[in-house]
Amino acid sequence: MRLEKRSQSSTLALALAPVGAVIFTLIVCSLLVLWAGAPVGQAYALLLKGGFGSVFALSETLTRAIPLMLTGLAATVAFKARLFNIGAEGQLYVGALAAVAVGGLHDGTGWALPPALLFVLMMLAAALAGALLLLGPALMKARLGVDEVVTTLLLNFIVLLFVSMMLDGPMKDPLAMGWPQSVALLDDLTLGKLIAQTRVHTGLLWGGALAVGLWALMKFTVLGFNIRAVGANARAAAFAGVPVTRTVVLVAMLSGALAGLAGAIEVAGRTGYLTLDMSPGYGYTGIVIAMLAGLHPLGAVAASIFVAGVLVGADSMSRVIGVPTYIADVIVAASLISVLVATLLTQYRARWK
Amino acid sequence: MTGHEFIELLANPTFWIAVLRIATPLILGTLGVLLCERAGVLNLGIEGIMVAGAFTGWLAVYGGAPLWLGVVVAAGTGGLLGLLHAFLTVGLALSQHVSGLGITMLATALSYYGYRVSFPKVATPPTITPFAEMDWLGLPILAQQTPLTLLALLLVPLIAYMLYRTPLGLAVRMVGENPQAAEGQGVPVVAVRTGAIVAGSALMGVAGAFLTLSAFNAFFFNMVNGRGWICVALVVFASWRPGKALLGALLFAFFDALQLRLQQSGGALLPYQMYLMLPYVLSIVALILVARKASYPQALMKPYRKGER
Repeated sequence: MRLEKRSQSSTLALALAPVGAVIFTLIVCSLLVLWAGAPVGQAYALLLKGGFGSVFALSETLTRAIPLMLTGLAATVAFKARLFNIGAEGQLYVGALAAVAVGGLHDGTGWALPPALLFVLMMLAAALAGALLLLGPALMKARLGVDEVVTTLLLNFIVLLFVSMMLDGPMKDPLAMGWPQSVALLDDLTLGKLIAQTRVHTGLLWGGALAVGLWALMKFTVLGFNIRAVGANARAAAFAGVPVTRTVVLVAMLSGALAGLAGAIEVAGRTGYLTLDMSPGYGYTGIVIAMLAGLHPLGAVAASIFVAGVLVGADSMSRVIGVPTYIADVIVAASLISVLVATLLTQYRARWK
Repeated sequence: MTGHEFIELLANPTFWIAVLRIATPLILGTLGVLLCERAGVLNLGIEGIMVAGAFTGWLAVYGGAPLWLGVVVAAGTGGLLGLLHAFLTVGLALSQHVSGLGITMLATALSYYGYRVSFPKVATPPTITPFAEMDWLGLPILAQQTPLTLLALLLVPLIAYMLYRTPLGLAVRMVGENPQAAEGQGVPVVAVRTGAIVAGSALMGVAGAFLTLSAFNAFFFNMVNGRGWICVALVVFASWRPGKALLGALLFAFFDALQLRLQQSGGALLPYQMYLMLPYVLSIVALILVARKASYPQALMKPYRKGER
């Protein structure tokens, strides 16, 4: 088999590639559902219903989509510039940690700031913490040629241990019956609900706004052009006068900040305090979302809602017919691989000789 | 820990037994990564392949297979996942980063799913009888290890010999340095790269199986816990040489065993998380130290399409 470059690839094929890939994945995964001894049709129907079938289901899906949207955007901007940031999980946690640390500086501790100002400071601290965490690996890549994949991956483990240390020590809530969790944020600092009696919060609007912002940045600004140029061919970009190192550093700050905000918004919108199990791998799933969306910021919004729907739907399906919830992780991972192949087939044609 | 206590620790054989035990999965995994990268392909699937090897090897033994058959099953699982990685990165020339991460996610999710389907409601993980120590060997420290450690140690010179003294090894190194030139010499680039990835991934599977068939006797979630990523760092530290890979794995295991002892002895001194961080911090430090002189295989991460530059 050999691949032959298509002279032009149709936009329709490009848009349909992820859809086809997901359908293919669901067909393959139905074998796993059969292995668990459940009827395939009913399992997928329950998954769909549990993820999108009612106002409650949809509200849960949108709640879950918020952190995924932000980590998806973090991966999108980094991967566009070929900065392989696999550390969004760690950046999310330092963001959340910074948010609860700054958010805790209220009147009781002698910092009588107006809540609105404190909220802004809290979000800025989270974005800064995430940005700084990725700055290290980005600089090590630019200056020393250290592969950022391994450093960002290893930092995830370090950050999780650091957060655990903080929640066991100085930031532990003394009233939490010994559980390692932070003191809850004051009500003034939490995000409002979007729909009454559900968990969807205004973080969804933040996610949407940041997606539009990132899309505009990529499309209409010099920085956006530079990011695309560095991603397409760093050497050619440098030759054409694009400041490559500066662009990569800016991308790292942007990507880390988005992931840090994911953590802060999750704390302020959903949990109210920080625990060690706040994120079931949102940082890693963000990469899948970016790839499913073909690295398009607006596509990341749709992809995050889809993935969140699969995760939420699998939970409810599992409760009814006992297929393990890990089926959702299999579907998400397999979708990543099939979408890669599907996108390739829009650009190349397979020839069997 | 005082200087005196430190010297006492170094004189204690149980410490060195622990070092070698901790090093074993790292030796196997690092050799696996080394084979893939020498042929020019990054394999970030290692973390998931280790999980899958740990699970399938253990499941086979739990189902009644002899221990060595469990090892073969783990190697086969690794090889199959390697074949998928090879198809995506060599056959289709897709991004090696993304494909590897995808395989890690897929292999991990499949293993956890398979575990939950096989054991829907267990409170304590079911156990097997793992490999016994090699008392018959009569050598200090090595006699207290299981046969998989011996296998890992023997593979180091074997792979070094293969890489530097055989035509096959030359072909592997050629496709990792300059695939166009290799093709010109009549080396089948796709076949050699695929073979190296499959063999390397099989080793990663065995590295995972060591955890369930030697180190522990059950399969746990999160049991691989970043060991795969550490292997990827160790290969850079070892500048892609099997001997140095062994050295790197032992050095790393030395510090890991040391932090475990420090945790137990002077535990109150620092929060335990500080000790647990040490291995990951050291891996990053090691990467920084060798960064300037690291001589990556020239074609690493560069997809090869015949006739395309």
